[in-house]
Amino acid sequence: MGAQPLLKVENLVKHFVVKLGAFGEKGATVYAVDDVSFDIMTGETLSLVGESGCGKSTTGFTLLNLQRATAGKVIFEGENIVALDEKRMRPYRRALQIVFQDPYSTLNPRMTVGEVVGEPILFHKLATKAELPERIARLLADVGLPSRFAQRYPHELSGGQRQRVAIARALACQPKFIVCDEAISALDVSVQAQIINLLLDLQQKYGLTYLFIAHDLAVVRHISDRVGVMYLGRLAELATREQLFSNPLHPYTKALLSAVPEADPELEQTRRRQILTGDVPSPLAPPAGCRFHTRCPIAMDQCRSVVPEWREVVPGHHVACHAVAESVPG
Amino acid sequence: MTAPAYNKPLLDVRGLTIEIETRRGPAVIVDGINLTVGKGETVGVVGESGCGKSLTMLSLVRLLPNKIKVRGGTAVFDGRDLLQMSKSELRQVRGGKIGFVFQDPMTSLNPVMRIGDQLCEPLIYHRDMKKADARKRAIELLKLVGIPGPEQRIDAYPHELSGGMRQRVMIAIGLACDPELLIADEPTTALDVTIQAQIVDLVKELRRKLGMSVVWITHDLALIAGLVDRVAVLYAGTVVEDAPVGELFKRPTHPYTRGLLASIPKLSDERASRLSSIGGTPPEPGRRPKGCPFAPRCGLAEPICHEHVPALLSFAEEPRHRVACFVAQRQMMEAA
Ligand SMILES: Nc1ncnc2c1ncn2[C@@H]1O[C@H](COP(=O)(O)OP(=O)(O)OP(=O)(O)O)[C@@H](O)[C@H]1O
Ligand SMILES: Nc1ncnc2c1ncn2[C@@H]1O[C@H](COP(=O)(O)OP(=O)(O)OP(=O)(O)O)[C@@H](O)[C@H]1O
Ligand code: SF4
Ligand code: SF4
Ligand SMILES: [Mg+2]
Ligand SMILES: [Mg+2]
Repeated sequence: MGAQPLLKVENLVKHFVVKLGAFGEKGATVYAVDDVSFDIMTGETLSLVGESGCGKSTTGFTLLNLQRATAGKVIFEGENIVALDEKRMRPYRRALQIVFQDPYSTLNPRMTVGEVVGEPILFHKLATKAELPERIARLLADVGLPSRFAQRYPHELSGGQRQRVAIARALACQPKFIVCDEAISALDVSVQAQIINLLLDLQQKYGLTYLFIAHDLAVVRHISDRVGVMYLGRLAELATREQLFSNPLHPYTKALLSAVPEADPELEQTRRRQILTGDVPSPLAPPAGCRFHTRCPIAMDQCRSVVPEWREVVPGHHVACHAVAESVPG
Repeated sequence: MTAPAYNKPLLDVRGLTIEIETRRGPAVIVDGINLTVGKGETVGVVGESGCGKSLTMLSLVRLLPNKIKVRGGTAVFDGRDLLQMSKSELRQVRGGKIGFVFQDPMTSLNPVMRIGDQLCEPLIYHRDMKKADARKRAIELLKLVGIPGPEQRIDAYPHELSGGMRQRVMIAIGLACDPELLIADEPTTALDVTIQAQIVDLVKELRRKLGMSVVWITHDLALIAGLVDRVAVLYAGTVVEDAPVGELFKRPTHPYTRGLLASIPKLSDERASRLSSIGGTPPEPGRRPKGCPFAPRCGLAEPICHEHVPALLSFAEEPRHRVACFVAQRQMMEAA
């Protein structure tokens, strides 16, 4: 299967400089994303999972050049897009869309839902003015909203309805690639299923590529071709869905998978999760060596000083851990 | 698992009706909801997006947006009707005895205020704490909800935090004053499973230590399974099924509840297989059908369903399990 990478992410770094102290008198650096490399193949769904605050959204923002990368490259159609200024970025914007984690803060409160969804269609000349109402109605129907919603304002919607407007807006651009940042997290399971089905249909029809950021591992397992696990700004593991769920190699991935709750009260009352002990480090002062060593149940001496190398131990299965043998029986 | 015995409910909502002003006149959004929460009890509220969960909870602390009004019903908390309280009485309760976690952290956190100051505010107002003590407590709260480096993060602005961190700051604010009742609206949508588990353990711990009662709105049925005593299923502004959590998963009865449970992706699913979802969309306020609100989407609907609204009735053998569905009720009668 000669799948071509749509995007090549090379050693991406994003640090934030913040002010601390009651008067903002002290400076500090947040190591949000550090030296992350991976390819996103055309037509695939690559999911990113990991603890809250580990840098998933920042990775999404930075690789679309919505936040300036501190270092590293993202190659799309032969161009390193993270080096482009806003003007030179513009031709790529339509193809590269994002559904934000927090839709309310990104939908213009003074625009109706119809305007929010219709704006990119007109801007990119994807339909004429006369065709527009129909186009908007169809997009809203796709995400399960009646066409009357076009007249409403974002604050007149429930949380899940707003999230679906954000999805409709991204789809309106007829993109090649969408970063879905917790894009279905506010939806009940039935609407969630409807949106997942829609995303999979569009992928089949138009070869869309998704970077899917989510915390619901059952959903991730359902829709992903490959899954990347992040920990404190770094990639810990990246593998195909089968490899990751049936043969997780990184100690953090193993702990994460053991915590997945099941919709079964009896099981839930008695289950034993592998709770990670030890200090949760802050991205303001990430530990030296392997960033997971403060909580890793099998940490060794070298873990405290040497950063584990990012390597492919079986074809397609990447991991960064000193304890994983050079080649693992696949 | 044995649920504790609840004699007098801490919160007793009866016939709560909420309307919205539209161009075509008032439309009912929430249609006579009944909901009780016992002392120390945790009630999960689930339901389709847009069915009125958030507005129901906002109405209890009287924070409904413009144009949306309570038209009827009572909400007795600790012996007093929240819907009749004066503004100043309400201020005493809100954020004090009743802690609230809003669905949308970005709109309920003040973007130009450091999170530490936002955490200290209720402590100073309701608890008469000195500023320095409030700050100490705020750091402790941030630690409790699992935010690393709380001594530094306390000075951050909301936009400097990740989505899940903002959500946890909201939870910390809701828990700040050791509330008797915590109302949490989708509080963990941005949290990964390990942190979710930590928050669930924290809430369970406070429930044990302080006898706190909890209303937990969520669509995450797996999370609910391990946290709540009882579940209320909402559809189009009414409660259609209400049962102890084990009972609900063992014997889901309302066709909507069954549809919800069938939509959960299983860890064993094939990749990219189509998920089952409930066809159609829920009726909008003002355009609800005459009979059972679920009738237009229900595979079991009979003529009576389009004419009359089913009442919420108890199972004979398990009175705490109640369902509003003609067909289910008939089957119950036949089985009895
Ligand atoms: N300010 C408003 N003006 C008009 N309609 C509104 C307003 N706020 C909410 N609604 C409508 O009222 C209904 C109930 O909204 P509510 O926010 O309570 O839903 P919800 O059950 O919390 O949904 P979700 O799970 O998506 O958050 C929705 O159909 C919504 O569109
Ligand atoms: N604008 C900013 N200024 C300073 N720090 C920031 C900023 N944006 C993000 N951060 C920090 O970068 C780190 C990574 O944040 P990010 O939002 O990428 O996490 P995430 O993995 O998406 O988490 P979540 O699952 O909670 O959404 C966090 O420590 C966060 O506080
Ligand atoms: S490198 Fe060491 S500390 Fe890090 S995950 Fe592997 S064993 Fe644990
Ligand atoms: S009352 Fe009728 S329409 Fe309503 S849920 Fe039951 S069977 Fe379906
Ligand atoms: Mg995020
Ligand atoms: Mg809501």
